[in-house]
Amino acid sequence: MRIAVCIKQVPDVEERLEIADDGKWLDENEMKFVINESDQYALEEGLALAEKTGGEVVVLSLGPDRVQDALRKALALGASRAVHLADDAFDGGDAHATARALAAAIGREEFDLVLTGAQSDDAGYGSTGSMVAGMLGWPHAWLVMGFEVEDGGGSAKVTREMESGMNELFRVALPAVIEVQAGLNHPRYASLKGIMQAKRKPIDRPAPADLGLTGEDVGAAGSRLEILDVAFPESGAGAQLIEGDPAVAARTLIEKLRTEARVL
Amino acid sequence: MSKKIWIVLQQREGKLHRMSREAIAAGQQLASALGGTASAVLLSSDGAVAGDVLAYQLDEVLTASDAALADYTPGGYVGALGPAIGAEAPDYVLFPHTYQSVDYVPRLAQETGAALVPEAVSFEVSGEEVIWKRPVLTGKLQARVRVKGGGTVLATIQSGAFPADSAAAGSTQARSLTVGELVVDREILGVEQAGEDEVDLTKADIIVGVGRGVGGPEKLGPVEELARLIGGDIGASRPVIDNGWLPRDRQIGSSGQTVAPKLYLAVGISGAIQHQVGMKGSSCVVAINKDKTAPIFNIAKYGVIGDLHEIVPAINEVLAESQD
Ligand SMILES: Cc1cc2nc3c(=O)[nH]c(=O)nc-3n(C[C@H](O)[C@H](O)[C@H](O)COP(=O)(O)OP(=O)(O)OC[C@H]3O[C@@H](n4cnc5c(N)ncnc54)[C@H](O)[C@@H]3O)c2cc1C
Ligand SMILES: Nc1ncnc2c1ncn2[C@@H]1O[C@H](COP(=O)(O)O)[C@@H](O)[C@H]1O
Repeated sequence: MRIAVCIKQVPDVEERLEIADDGKWLDENEMKFVINESDQYALEEGLALAEKTGGEVVVLSLGPDRVQDALRKALALGASRAVHLADDAFDGGDAHATARALAAAIGREEFDLVLTGAQSDDAGYGSTGSMVAGMLGWPHAWLVMGFEVEDGGGSAKVTREMESGMNELFRVALPAVIEVQAGLNHPRYASLKGIMQAKRKPIDRPAPADLGLTGEDVGAAGSRLEILDVAFPESGAGAQLIEGDPAVAARTLIEKLRTEARVL
Repeated sequence: MSKKIWIVLQQREGKLHRMSREAIAAGQQLASALGGTASAVLLSSDGAVAGDVLAYQLDEVLTASDAALADYTPGGYVGALGPAIGAEAPDYVLFPHTYQSVDYVPRLAQETGAALVPEAVSFEVSGEEVIWKRPVLTGKLQARVRVKGGGTVLATIQSGAFPADSAAAGSTQARSLTVGELVVDREILGVEQAGEDEVDLTKADIIVGVGRGVGGPEKLGPVEELARLIGGDIGASRPVIDNGWLPRDRQIGSSGQTVAPKLYLAVGISGAIQHQVGMKGSSCVVAINKDKTAPIFNIAKYGVIGDLHEIVPAINEVLAESQD
């Protein structure tokens, strides 16, 4: 099968999370970036399926130059080539604008399946994959915890997560966009050989015009949402904070749980 | 101009999803802030109005019915709602931010050309403009966003943002919407339990919730010791399960179990909304986290700030003392 996997590079906010001076987004200086969590699972799903069916995986990512690292990593894991939507015009897009660019890049080729993550860990729209499907005129399924290709590639049996520990089962026709939820497989690690090979694998960098789009269709200009500012969530309606020496803090906490909250 | 607000309710076999009522509250508040009317929309096979929807203060209850809507499918739902939105041009259409809505609402936005605000937690109205707040970075920050361009705006309303009991009661009438030919794009095969539910955390008195901050399966020892000393059960956030550090039946949150112990110790858990919905009913939440800005502190009664690898062993020592 010919499989496209959309991966987004997102900031790793574990060590450092600071808001930029203009207040509109993170201060990305000195920030580490990683492949979005659910996209790592989407990629693994695609690689395993391509191996099984003797096909190939093409990875696509929209974002600035730094995104090359994420694409190289995917190539090292086994993708055969990459499409990097790196033009400045693609920058700052919401789900609509990003989906338009991805759908146009996907539409230039013939794919049997498109895989995306369910949700990005930064913007968190949970929408891009479904919108890509709409633009391609394909069925989609969001929050997929498993799927099996059936019928010689004509359809897939999909397991989709519902709330409270239930799953929903259904069949969709292929080609489709499958938006996978984290946890459905065990992503592989890159081998040294894979890393060496990745250096020679091609990364195509089309501009909007190469996709039949203009700068007005994509990026901030093509978006319906504009972020005015970001802020830390309003802090606790009265969490009592205990700081300082761990031994003292531990004693204070247990004392409070016993005598104040009376839960121990 | 009076604004027209629709609230698309989620129901299954005549029972409203609990978040549907929260969406009604949000829609009523938006209507009163903007000056306009709020109407509910229900999709079903037979046009029956689920639950007590007619007993809310709503302009109308709009029903879209068709045999193809018996089971939820994105094709059916987008096919029923898209033309109705086109014909009646509501200014805002709100949905509960459920796993079902997120499956089809982006597609509805794309196909109707409407703007989409996913996962709204609040709004402010200035003049005619609505500024929405929504979580980003899995809730570690909140963004204020505005919509550019005209036309219908769709928004999904996150759980807990608008309390269901703030929805105003009243009485209203049903009207049916015209539904055209629907194309069902999924062959429904059924539902199943996600995993064998061996551990029931719903009755636990004390739960120690393990988060990604614990750092790896080899570092679980002190947390498990804490659970033992305090007489509690171990629960976990999703990444802990996804990474295979603990089995899936320990997961707490929107995809896992909903718990309400008298004491919940969140250890290395940031407190994303999907986790919070599963544990915010706990009587007393304690958060142990090195990041003072983590959203878990918004629902915690006590917070210990610092490295859990130092704090948890220190707590264990205090607990062990009183056991001797
Ligand atoms: C559709 C959907 C469904 C989901 N369902 C669920 C669900 O059911 N349950 C669920 O939990 N999540 C769910 N999630 C995921 C959720 O959005 C969050 O990503 C997740 O809850 C984060 O888990 P965490 O808090 O353990 O990890 P993180 O957000 O990575 O937080 C780790 C925390 O540990 C702290 N920390 C790190 N090191 C230390 C240290 N040494 N000492 C002290 N503190 C430390 C950090 O400051 C941070 O606050 C779902 C997501 C989606 C999109
Ligand atoms: N800039 C991007 N480049 C590649 N894929 C993306 C991009 N943005 C979103 N996606 C894909 O769409 C999914 C959902 O993202 P979102 O709609 O932002 O929550 C992600 O998990 C990715 O698979």
